[in-house]
Amino acid sequence: MATEHTWIVPATAALALALLPAVLTPYTQDLVVKIEIYAIFALSLELLVGMTGLVSLGHAAFLGIGAYVAVRASGEGGAASLLWLLPAAVLAAAAYAFFVGLLSLRTQGVYFIMVTLAFSQMAYFVFHDTAVGGGSDGIFLYAKPVLAWAGGTWVDLDDRRHLYYAVLAALAFTYALLALIRRSRFGHALAGIHGNEQRMRAAGFATYGYKLAAFVIAGALAGLAGFLLAVKDGAVNPELLSWHESGAVLLMIILGGIGSLRGAVIGAVTFTLLKEFYQSEALLGALAAHWQLTLGFTIIAFVAWLPKGLIGLAGTGAWRRGARSG
Amino acid sequence: MVEMATPGPAAAAPLLRAQSLTRRFGGLTAVNAVSLALRQGELHAVIGTNGAGKSTLINMLSGELPATSGRIELAGADITGWSQPRRARAGVGRSYQRTTIFPKLSVFENIRLCAQAARQRPWALWQVAEHCGASRSVAERALVAAGLVDVPQLAAGLLSHGQQRQLEISMCLATQPRVLLLDEPLAGMGAEESELMLALLLDLKRSHALLLVEHDMDAVFRVADLITVMVNGEVIASDVPKVIRSHPDVRVAYLGEG
Repeated sequence: MATEHTWIVPATAALALALLPAVLTPYTQDLVVKIEIYAIFALSLELLVGMTGLVSLGHAAFLGIGAYVAVRASGEGGAASLLWLLPAAVLAAAAYAFFVGLLSLRTQGVYFIMVTLAFSQMAYFVFHDTAVGGGSDGIFLYAKPVLAWAGGTWVDLDDRRHLYYAVLAALAFTYALLALIRRSRFGHALAGIHGNEQRMRAAGFATYGYKLAAFVIAGALAGLAGFLLAVKDGAVNPELLSWHESGAVLLMIILGGIGSLRGAVIGAVTFTLLKEFYQSEALLGALAAHWQLTLGFTIIAFVAWLPKGLIGLAGTGAWRRGARSG
Repeated sequence: MVEMATPGPAAAAPLLRAQSLTRRFGGLTAVNAVSLALRQGELHAVIGTNGAGKSTLINMLSGELPATSGRIELAGADITGWSQPRRARAGVGRSYQRTTIFPKLSVFENIRLCAQAARQRPWALWQVAEHCGASRSVAERALVAAGLVDVPQLAAGLLSHGQQRQLEISMCLATQPRVLLLDEPLAGMGAEESELMLALLLDLKRSHALLLVEHDMDAVFRVADLITVMVNGEVIASDVPKVIRSHPDVRVAYLGEG
């Protein structure tokens, strides 16, 4: 069975990432951290779109809520403790996901897309237009969270190296969790819901509960990504919750290849690098001002020539569970 | 209302009983005060023209559509308000008119996943679904019974139409139902495949209560123990095939004789 050694590639990648800071410049190390955070975000959406068949266009709401809670809850005093700040950010995102899922999962297809979009725009305007979010400029994080215990500071996210390994650990955790889900009974039930929800209900699965669980887990993981993004940037602004961001993460998993965890990661890497490239005035000069245009054309080209995403280039097809013919 | 016919040889208590089931869609009464009983060892066929309410009746029995009024009992328990998944776990299985399988999953996984419904344990993330012994053994037996033992790893969507129908029945059986509601299992099947399916139905009848909705009259009269005839949402006759065949109302309304 090809599935038994699927951990080798991700484990090797994680090891390489762990050794990478030795050779990175501060700028490239920041870029790697940013890509890893977007990889967590893309993986969280892959749980919905690829594994459950729920196309959400409001996933940025959970990223933004995780980010805002990280900043708001730390306050303006000293550094907050990771021990409660991280769970608070993740749980807040999960709670909003529970609420949104409860209502939106009663709809299907294009209606589901629209309802998730509406709920994320609602959250966007709460942070954009009320005192909670500090308006369109957003708010700064005064002190980055730390993990202090028994008199010592074990993790200080203000330290570039600590942040790097914390983000890498979060990515490894997210990837491992989703890989576990994929092979578990829960994941197989989600695949069944993706394939034919009517048959799942006829077999005896209360599919609504399964979809809600997937939605809440996806929201929580997006909240984790948001938390890390806020800590990395030291600031948040409402654009984190905007539908542009929801669209961008959807593009990441489409670019990488829907239905694959590796695809989600590859998509996040490609999308972020392409965006950096097209925005770079040093490389592209005046064209950099029109990065949305050039990025858009590139994505159209990718989708046209690689309908299965970049992961489709691997060509083995072994990642598509169950579809192997021998 | 037509009186229920006397039950067949296995005059056991009904497993599934519908009493005066009615379903309205706005001003249209799709099913009107239909009562019927399904017993183990009995194949109960429901026939009727298109739009007679047969599919609506099956959907109410399986729990996909709530009944406007009436009562449904499973082995004496009132299940009228139960959701479809709950009824399924209690032993009500069904097949659909349009093949309803997981086309991208393997044949084996199609069956195994249905068997998993009996032991779902979604929180056990550390356990591998494919190592689930209970669902594997059910699936392995079902593969043999369905004659699909040669193609367990093939994507189900690549099977022939007849094999897909066969697979769907196997998926039903994997949930270990006591009652089977079959909506036109012979639709689109060739003569040879139909024969196999009919033999399977006769075999299943011994251990299950069967409801069969079917358009193929020859098949229905060959295998049914009881036939209920519906016209415009109402039952106009319910009896053994011999009586139905010569029933004056049925001949006028359905068999097209005046």
